[in-house]
Amino acid sequence: MSVPIVKFSAVYKEYPRSGLALRNVTFEVRKGEFVFLTGHSGAGKSTVLKLIRMEELPTAGEVRVSGFSSRRMRRRDIPLLRRKLGVVFQNFLLLPERTAEENIAFALEVTGAKRAVVRTKVGRLLAQVGLAHKALALPHELSGGEQQRVAIARALANDPLILLADEPTGNLDEWSARGIFELFREINAAGTAVLMATHNLELVRAHPQYRVIELNQGEIVYDSAAPLGTHDAADADVLRHS
Amino acid sequence: MPTFYAIREATAAFRRAPLLVLLSALAIAFSLFVLGLFALTTHNIQRALERIEERVEVVAYLREDAPPEAVRWMERELAAQPEVQRVRYVSKLEALAKALREMAEFRELYEDLETNPLPASFEIRLRPGHRDPATVARIAQLLRAYPAVEDVRFGRDWLEKIVLLRRLAAGFALALGGALAVVGAIIIAAAIRVAVFARRNEIAIMRLVGATDGFIEAPFVLEGLLVGLAGGLLALGLTVLAYRAVSAALVPLEWIPDGWVLAGLTAAALFGLASSAIAVRRHLRTT
Repeated sequence: MSVPIVKFSAVYKEYPRSGLALRNVTFEVRKGEFVFLTGHSGAGKSTVLKLIRMEELPTAGEVRVSGFSSRRMRRRDIPLLRRKLGVVFQNFLLLPERTAEENIAFALEVTGAKRAVVRTKVGRLLAQVGLAHKALALPHELSGGEQQRVAIARALANDPLILLADEPTGNLDEWSARGIFELFREINAAGTAVLMATHNLELVRAHPQYRVIELNQGEIVYDSAAPLGTHDAADADVLRHS
Repeated sequence: MPTFYAIREATAAFRRAPLLVLLSALAIAFSLFVLGLFALTTHNIQRALERIEERVEVVAYLREDAPPEAVRWMERELAAQPEVQRVRYVSKLEALAKALREMAEFRELYEDLETNPLPASFEIRLRPGHRDPATVARIAQLLRAYPAVEDVRFGRDWLEKIVLLRRLAAGFALALGGALAVVGAIIIAAAIRVAVFARRNEIAIMRLVGATDGFIEAPFVLEGLLVGLAGGLLALGLTVLAYRAVSAALVPLEWIPDGWVLAGLTAAALFGLASSAIAVRRHLRTT
């Protein structure tokens, strides 16, 4: 078995106002894996992604991401961790006053990459996401699907170990969503792990070859990679009507 | 290069949000303009008082029977005093001529006299920095010790008043100037916090893709420096205009010393830099 990139060990996350968001969450994501993280809104999907980015630290338990541990995280280590992760959101989070090209270059510039390197890499990334002809377009001049492609190119800029996608197709029509999903599959096929949070069960069921982790009220109720009987799968939506 | 990036981003901010940058620069400019006007006023009051002080003189009237060689010796000794700028001997004849010239209403009285009643004297002017009551009193004391000296006069009362006035003006200037600077600082800090807040999404995305705090801060800090400098130059321009207008229409003013101008510009630039740095850092620590 290959090295885990993400490892949650008995993780609890409690918020002062809204209570427990995660209870005893344990799982690993290995190099090159494709994982769906599913569950209702509020089940804890986004919290899992936040903990992986170390935007927040667990209340109990340990989160390990590519050599960094939540137990020994220093403020100045966070940028270094983030450079190993690619992140994509439902609302794209592009800078509105920058062109597609500049939005991608941004992720490289923050690492202090040389201009020549930035140039060639941005060109390659744009081609990879199929937007070579839209390099100079501003986000508002692009369709939703195209904006998400720019965001994905930005996420790939620093050759991440894992791509974290939080409802990446949530704001897109079905056609665009399918295109984006295909792009994720290609990225995964090239060796990058993908952890995709989604409540689109149809999409999940249509790709049974990929691992599924389902959260319910902060607990893992189903993990297709776990040995049978590890979880009480009776609550798992993924398994119903399939 | 991060430095290149910072410079490019800082200047790009002027293009992307020109109104916000303009508002910040104007806030700085007007706070400093008030300070500039105040500096102009203070400087001119100080100069006016200095000019009055320049006229501080100690006059030693000499005895009729003072031997000429004693008088010459005394003149040399006085001129050698470190506080003394100039010693002028006024002969009896000169004193009379001056009296006839300056006090025309007594002309007949003087012309009827058969002998000249006015004594010869030394007019002693002190160097700048020594025109204070204590030094003047000390010089007067020294003069009285000479046997050739009959009497010593100096405007002690008004000298003391002027010194008091200068001190009051300086204290007032310091207090009011300080208060104005604080008000300016608050306005500028608020303007810059607005600028940082307006770019919070950008900051959030920068952090998401792994920018270090220093990297995020650099363009803001540089932008703050440039905005501060622009505000300072604008304030300087406004102050020059005000100076010209007042000089032409009301009273001729003296322009503030170059050192003050330079200090003001430096302060504006550094202030822009510091308040940006504080605003961004606070933002980064709390989000």
